[in-house]
Amino acid sequence: MEKLTVSPSPHIRSGASTSRIMLHVLIALMPAMVMSAVLFGGRALVLTSLCILSAMAWERLCCLIMKRPDTTDDLSAMVTGMLLAFNLPPTLPLYMAVIGTFVAIVIVKMIFGGLGQNFANPAIVGRIVLMLSFTSAMTNWTMPKTVTDAVTSATPLASDDKAYSYWDLFIGNCPGCLGEVCAAALIAGGIYLVIMKVICVHTPIAFVGTVFVYSWLAGEDPVYQILSGGLMLGAIFMATDYVTTPVCKKGKVIFGIGCGIITCVIRFYASYPEGVSFSILIMNIATPYIDMITLRKPIGAEKPKKEAKTDEK
Amino acid sequence: MSLKGIILRHNKNTAQMPSEPLPLPNKVSIPMQQSIGAPCDVLVKKGDKVLVGQKIGDSDKYMSVPVHSSVSGTVTGISELLLVSGKVCKCVDIETDGEQKVIDGIKPPVVTDRDSFCRAIKESGCCGLGGAGFPTHVKFGFDDKKFSVDTLIINAAECEPYLTGDHREMLENTDSIFEGIAHIKKNLGIENVYIGIEKNKPDAIKLLSEKAAQQGGIKVVPLKEKYPQGAEKVLVYNITGRIVKEGKIPADEGVIVINVSTCGFIGDYMRTGMPLVSRRMTVSGDAVKKPCNVIVPLGTSFKKVLKFAECDFDGMEKAIAGGPMMGIDLFDLHDPVCKTHSGVLAFKKKNKEKEPLQTNCIRCGRCIEACPVGLMPTVLEKAFDNKDRETLKKMKVSLCMNCGSCTYVCPAKRNLAEKNQLAKALLRT
Repeated sequence: MEKLTVSPSPHIRSGASTSRIMLHVLIALMPAMVMSAVLFGGRALVLTSLCILSAMAWERLCCLIMKRPDTTDDLSAMVTGMLLAFNLPPTLPLYMAVIGTFVAIVIVKMIFGGLGQNFANPAIVGRIVLMLSFTSAMTNWTMPKTVTDAVTSATPLASDDKAYSYWDLFIGNCPGCLGEVCAAALIAGGIYLVIMKVICVHTPIAFVGTVFVYSWLAGEDPVYQILSGGLMLGAIFMATDYVTTPVCKKGKVIFGIGCGIITCVIRFYASYPEGVSFSILIMNIATPYIDMITLRKPIGAEKPKKEAKTDEK
Repeated sequence: MSLKGIILRHNKNTAQMPSEPLPLPNKVSIPMQQSIGAPCDVLVKKGDKVLVGQKIGDSDKYMSVPVHSSVSGTVTGISELLLVSGKVCKCVDIETDGEQKVIDGIKPPVVTDRDSFCRAIKESGCCGLGGAGFPTHVKFGFDDKKFSVDTLIINAAECEPYLTGDHREMLENTDSIFEGIAHIKKNLGIENVYIGIEKNKPDAIKLLSEKAAQQGGIKVVPLKEKYPQGAEKVLVYNITGRIVKEGKIPADEGVIVINVSTCGFIGDYMRTGMPLVSRRMTVSGDAVKKPCNVIVPLGTSFKKVLKFAECDFDGMEKAIAGGPMMGIDLFDLHDPVCKTHSGVLAFKKKNKEKEPLQTNCIRCGRCIEACPVGLMPTVLEKAFDNKDRETLKKMKVSLCMNCGSCTYVCPAKRNLAEKNQLAKALLRT
């Protein structure tokens, strides 16, 4: 009674917190993790756990060296580690995965100031660096255990003819990275995130929709294109990362469309079979500019004299 | 289409509790500034006997509201007090004699036209009872060459959690509200009257709709339960679709908005002539054992009011004058109740470790989705931290009404609304 706490209004807060949001993302990734274990066996779980643990270790180490409070309990490092693992082939040597999380957490995230300050998606950059450094290990695909003749083979996008049915692609009966093969599990996670209001549908719909339309116009099989490669993983979990994508809904749509176009351009005309990671990275870099042109116009605001063009409406 | 906002838990646990009069305190301390505008000069001196309804403070400024004694008794001194609002102001301390004798000459005012109506309203000491405390006579005394006002909105949204004072006013003082409306309509020449009530008060909506049906030109509008439904600009837009522009007042759009309790008081005053000497308050919060609605003589200390509601003084750590979203924290429970205090909430000590810590902004955009006036609090926060006046001006931080929705929804627990207020102060320097 003697001492009353005085603080500025409002005096109540919602239950939402950064760690709770990250927890929702981890829960949403669970179906895909279960499917990766089913499809690729125990090694998938080993690789995923290693990525999560090493990501958290790197973050903790950075906080120690930088003399900052430990931020691992916001769970964002866990999400990054898990997403990076989902972007790795099941046969990848373990030390490479640790290098990947080093790039993601230390170079992309912590050096820029930690959570919220990085301009690019850490997991995406981790994957790209591994892809360019260890190209053969990163493209050493094995067939899932569920397929009887499990041997090294090409991914759906790299193979010339359509070797896999839509159903195979949907449930993950095809070679690929840990978390990206099973579209069904990823979509289930995405629906969970939308229901929990963690993400809004704008980016994934714009991204997948653009790839669908572009593929159809370009004479490719649109359904095959949206179900294969890391498109679902990218559209649902990576292109919806808050930090590296535009804040406004309008900006999110632009971001999704941009990602879709770049993905298709890389897939159809460049030498890489897969373009999702590059497209998201390029759009990450464009995000501040998208933010600038999609500023919200306050209600009842008098029109500013100069910036009238850049305002919404 | 309605403006954006947030969904809150209402916690209106006192909605069904009839107002009780607070037992007369043995001493009151009446501040000379209880509304927006100039503080009053003290009209009494130490040792004077005062009666209920006696004017004890007045000012010759137009933007000012006189102050009346809420009790009968003896003036024990004039003190200077730091009020909840952060201002130092003179207070008249009165020791009550328990008789509550009313001063002679309290009779219904004679009103013939708008000017005499506004003068009478000023004399009554009336100001906005919702919380802002804007002098009502100034609102009514708009320049009719400049503004053509055709709509009166009675603000009965009461969107703040816990508070139920307006709700009780509607149930207990229904006839006075309609009398008040009739006087305002007649003297200001207003055609359309809307009473905006949030849907969480179905009994009030039903009662007022029935009464309104008996009279022409009054429409009860049930409003979505969405905070800040009762903010002036939000209410004007959601009821009439008119947008009150930056730096403008509702009268620019032909609208006058007054709080339902203010309206009820005007009805009472026009009938009896008794000036504003007491008000209804909600006392609630988890440290209060007996949450209730009380009629409090102005100048009573918050402590007395909390004591009446059996507040656990040892277990509490926070007391709020007003609602939890926009109310102001009390730093001293001995501070007096003013005309603008719609409630007092007391909260127990919280377990600090359970509360999530502040993190960096994760750019989730929830604040942007919540802001009713379409600001981008996350952008404003960064601009303020960089002392970037240009961006603050361009992004219209001045439009922020401090409803607190952005801070409420922020998962990173950042103090966005507070930063907006600091930014507004920065732009004023």
